[in-house]
This record gives sequence, structure tokens and C-alpha cells, in this order.
Amino acid sequence: MSSAAAQGLGPGEVAASSGADLASSTLAAKISVTPSGGGVAFEGVTVAYKGNTVLSDFTLTVRPGEIMAVIGPSGSGKTTVLRAIAGFVRPVSGRLCAGGRDVTDLPPRARGIGMVVQNYALFPHMRVADNVAFGLRARRAPEHTVRAEVEAALSMVGMSSFASRYPRELSGGQQQRVAIARALAIRPELLLLDEPLSALDAQIRQSMLEELARLHRSLPALTVLYVTHDQTEALTLADRIAILRDGKLVALGPSRELYQRPPNRFAAEFLGRANLLSVILDTPEAGEDNATVRFGATQLRARARAGIAASTSCLLCIRPHDLSLTAREPGANSLAARVREVRWKGELHDIALEAEGQALRLTTAPLRRPPEPGTMLSLYFSAADATLIPES
Amino acid sequence: MSDLAVGKTRPRRLNVPGLSAALPLAVLGILFFYPLALIIAQSFATGHGTPVFANYISVLGTALFRNALFHTITITLAASLGCIALGFTLSVVIAFVPFPGARLFARAIETFIALPTFLVALAFTFIYGSAGILNGAVMKLFGLTLPPIDFLYSAWGVILAEITVYTPFVMRPLLAAFSLIEASQIEVASILGAGWFRILRQIILPAALPALMAGGSLCLLLTTNEFGIVLFIGAKGVETLPLLVYDKAIQEFDYASACVLATINIALSLGLYALYRSALAWFSRAGLV
Ligand SMILES: Nc1ncnc2c1ncn2[C@@H]1O[C@H](COP(=O)(O)OP(=O)(O)OP(=O)(O)O)[C@@H](O)[C@H]1O
Ligand SMILES: [Mg+2]
Repeated sequence: MSSAAAQGLGPGEVAASSGADLASSTLAAKISVTPSGGGVAFEGVTVAYKGNTVLSDFTLTVRPGEIMAVIGPSGSGKTTVLRAIAGFVRPVSGRLCAGGRDVTDLPPRARGIGMVVQNYALFPHMRVADNVAFGLRARRAPEHTVRAEVEAALSMVGMSSFASRYPRELSGGQQQRVAIARALAIRPELLLLDEPLSALDAQIRQSMLEELARLHRSLPALTVLYVTHDQTEALTLADRIAILRDGKLVALGPSRELYQRPPNRFAAEFLGRANLLSVILDTPEAGEDNATVRFGATQLRARARAGIAASTSCLLCIRPHDLSLTAREPGANSLAARVREVRWKGELHDIALEAEGQALRLTTAPLRRPPEPGTMLSLYFSAADATLIPES
Repeated sequence: MSDLAVGKTRPRRLNVPGLSAALPLAVLGILFFYPLALIIAQSFATGHGTPVFANYISVLGTALFRNALFHTITITLAASLGCIALGFTLSVVIAFVPFPGARLFARAIETFIALPTFLVALAFTFIYGSAGILNGAVMKLFGLTLPPIDFLYSAWGVILAEITVYTPFVMRPLLAAFSLIEASQIEVASILGAGWFRILRQIILPAALPALMAGGSLCLLLTTNEFGIVLFIGAKGVETLPLLVYDKAIQEFDYASACVLATINIALSLGLYALYRSALAWFSRAGLV
């Protein structure tokens, strides 16, 4: 491990940051799972603009070849995360590591990172081919290599036939592809994407999302840091998701796990819709799936979480589509609720309900005969789909 | 529905065919073309029996004219090049190198445009003149009896003064163009591996080209016709066409020659302007800038 770390961290970098030797070498060791891998590590990174902290003590390790989505509301510091690793903004404290070396003190052009910014920022007076060739020429690649690489990058995103157009002659989706081709042409190990689909309409967004997934399958070694405020994009694309709030990392985990077992209220509500019921924990003990909670007079079973004491109130998180009107399994939880509103949304019915004075929502495949508002219904859900979350 | 809304808010236009073009043309004709035509006609006016170009032949043959033409062209080219180079450099620094007071500096340069040109020439005399601050200080320091700095009373003095006066005319459009360049383009270029020189040449310069075209053209026209600075500096032997026109018309009452010189002056400034634009257009087509 230590030899891998030494290999990843050149002597130049060590000399350049003598004060942080220790921190940076442990940092390099952390991500040198494969010595040549293009992983990323943020180690206690704090960024401030004019004394105003917008990213505080941010620590995150992205493994080589992984797609990590960074999500959070507007202004939470997502772009700042990318600007820090790209080198556009210097952290007040902390270290940054990319591709097995400490890059904290390197200028952007020496970091070897590919980046697609929110508005694409294509060079308006250059043709598509020259846009894509820009990075290669800046690296003084011989012209025949440039041509071959440009062609390869353009065909990867399906834009070969647009090589001699100017950016203004392209649609938003096409511009986005060119921006990706330009970032990939230099063959980076790390690709930063800042809300790449936000400028596109819903339909193109869906197909671009699939295309990005395909692209990553063809470049499995490429590490991707994907910033978005759209939870669907994050869930569709990412291996793991990091959730930011006010410049702080509030949740991190594999996408599916984070969705099914959110660690806190913010994560539960930001990553899709969630019913959060106030309950009292009866028995926290023993197995994972074995907590009993009181919801008014009803006893329910849920998945426990360490750190919540017995007889305290906490939140029970159930996704709207995990609630059903019929019992899907023997011994499923059931609770009585009154229908308040029924909305038909084409592919599903969205039903607002009330139980024990608390609002609930259920989504289901379209019903032939939807319930009338005011009726009492029994709702069912599996204990495995109900997660306890601390109250605050 | 939306069509209706657009139709309502669209401003009404006075649509009388011909009138819209005729009015500005008439104003332009009275204020500009008529006097211009008078001057040109006057330059061809000769007594009976002499050839039409007699005035031209007699003026063009003089050493005075050739000297003035040479000085006008060299001073114009040198001053305009200086303005473009200095203006571009200063604008890049103001727009892209963050330093405290950059905005104040940009503002100060804008007010500079409002100053009359001869004021700068006057200020130059106070600073660099033989009895100016600089010479005084140097003479005191080294115990000299004669002023050591005398570049002011030469073509260099005129060029320097013109650069000082007209550089803001290049900077104004440049700063406006630079403010339109997205910072993200420069950032993307830098993460793609470009150094500052490549960014300057391939990102900033092409975006600045129209502004450089406008500012440079303005400099060329203004310096070709500059009068006040040349007169105020009064460098010996440095006579330009506008100065010669003044001499002929006001001092010698030789209106025919003055009109010939004026016509040539106009042709020269328009010719330089056309040359500059076509050169820039060629450069940009060839992808050199
Ligand atoms: N150049 C800057 N100067 C001062 N403050 C800045 C600057 N850039 C960003 N900020 C502030 O930093 C905070 C985080 O900004 P950031 O751009 O990282 O947010 P974001 O999560 O990307 O938001 P969005 O989803 O809207 O893009 C914001 O409060 C923003 O106002
Ligand atoms: Mg952002």
C-alpha cells in the first residue's frame, strides 16, 4: 500500500507541499486501490468566497471508474465541489487528490481533468472539430493524432457528421454532446459534469441520460463526478450519491441504499418523495428488520437504525409507491387512513390520505375504480420498506 | 393567443415609403456632402485653358507636400499601432487580471475620451518639455546645463501624445467585448490544458476582433486628421497634411491648394480605413486571429 502511495505521489508534489506531506500521502494511499486509477479524494476541503464559507470540511472519496452523483438544492455548493477539484477556486484548507496525486497546488491545466460546465461554454468562433481538438492541440499532440482522436471522440457521441459546423448551428443536445466530446478527447481519467442535462427538455434529457450510461459502459475506467439537482438523473446514473446541504455533506451511500434507507430527513425528502410519519420507538433491539413502533394506537414493524433510543419519537419513512391498497405479503403492516384527494396522472394514481392526523401519500398503477374522498381505507406496507429516521 | 399578444406590443412604425430614407439623406447632404463637394470642386477649379489637374500637379510636385504626406502616413500608422497594442494590453489586464481598483481605472479611461486632444499635448510639454518637470529634475540631479530629454519636439513626441489621447478609443469597445466573454470559456480552456498565451490568442482575440476593428478604424481616422496635437507640440519639420491645409488656407490664402490637400487628406484617411478593414477581414478569414 505504501509503495503504491509513493508511486502515485511524485517527488515534485511532495516537495511542493512540504507542510502537508503526511496528509497528502495518506490521501494518495486512500485512492490508490489501483495504482493508475483516476479516483478523486476531497480531504477536509473548505472553500470560502470573500470570507463566506460555501463548502465546509468536505471529505469524499470517489473510486476509480465510479460514477458519483453530487446532489443538493440550489446554492448548496455542488458547483463549488467541481470548481475546487478543477482548480478554479483554491480551498482555504484541505487537500485535493486526483488520479493518485495531490493536485491541491497544481494549476487547472496540469490536472488532466475533463469537464463539462453547466452552459457548455463551447468556443463560439471555432468549428465543432476545432472545439474538440482544442485540448489536444494545447497539449501539443501531433496533428495526425489530433485528427484521429477528434474523429474518435465525435463518433463516440454520435456527432461525426457535424464536425464542420459552428456551435451556434447546433441544438442544445448537440452542443452538449460536443462539450462531452471535447472533455473526453484528452482522455482524462476523471470527468466532471455540472448539470449537463439541465438545459435540455424532458424528452431529450431522458435519451441523453441513457446515452451517458452507455458512454460510461464503453469507458469503464472513467471516473465521473456528476453534479445535478435532479434526483432521477442521480438515481439512474450513479453508483453512489452524495447529498449536499448548505455546503455540508449530509448523506453518502450507494444510490439504491440511500433511496431505500435514507439516513436523515433531508436525504429522505430530497431523494424522491417520502411519507414521514411521527412514531414512537418501542423496541430498538436485535436484528436489522426488527423494530416495533407505535403510530397512534397502531403497532407497526420497521427496519431499525442504531442510535435511536427506546420510547423516543422518531420518523418512519415510507416511499409512496411502497404503500399499497392490498396486502402484498402475509403479515404486512397495515394502517387505517382516510382518503382526502385522488389525482390521476396518466401512468399512475396519486392518492392523498390522512391517518392519525398526519398526511400520507400513496401512488399506484391506475385504478379502475379509484376511492372516493372521505372513504376509510386500509394501507399495507412491508416492514422492509419502512425505515426509521431520527427526528432532527 | 400568443400571436395576438405579440401583435399588440409591437411598436407601430411610420411607414411612408421613401420618406424614411429621404429625411436622413437630406440632413446628411446639407451638413456633410455639400461642403465636401464644394471642397472637391474647388480643388479642380482652374483658369481657362489649363488642364483640370493643374492644381494637383502643382501641389503634388512640392517637397512640402511630400514631406507632409510622409509624416502623416508614418505618424498615423505608428500612433494607431501603438493605440491598438497598448489598448489591447491594458484592456486585457483590466478585464482579466484581477487587481484592486480595476473598475476605477476603466472609468478613468472613459472620462479621458472627453478631454480635448491639445490638453494632452500641453500636459506633455509640462512634463517632458525642455522646461518641463522631468528635464528640470534630471538637470538638477546631474548638474546639467542643457535639458537632456528632447524627444517631445520630434515625430516621436507627436506619436506618443496621439497614443495617449486615442488609446481609450480602442479600449472602450474592447472592454465592452471582453465583458461579454464568459468566464467559463476561459476556465474550460485552461482545464483543457491551454496556457495564458493560447487563451489570449484563441479565445480572447477572436472575441475581440469586431471591437478591435471598430477601435482601430476610429484611431486611424482620428490620427490621420489630427490637428491640435501636431500644432501644440510644434515639432520642427514635422508637418502633416491637416497642418498644411491650415497653412495654405489661413496663412497664405491659397484656397485652391488647400482644397487639393484636403481632398487628398480625405482620400488618404478613407483609403487607410478600407485597407485596415480588408486586412483584418483577411486575417480572420485565414484563421490567423
Ligand atoms: N464567485 C462567487 N463569489 C461569491 N459567492 C459565490 C461565488 N460562486 C458561488 N458563490 C456562492 O456559493 C454558494 C454555492 O454556490 P454553487 O454555485 O456551488 O451552488 P450550486 O449548488 O452549484 O447551485 P446551483 O444548483 O444553483 O447551480 C452559493 O451561495 C453562491 O452564492
Ligand atoms: Mg451549480
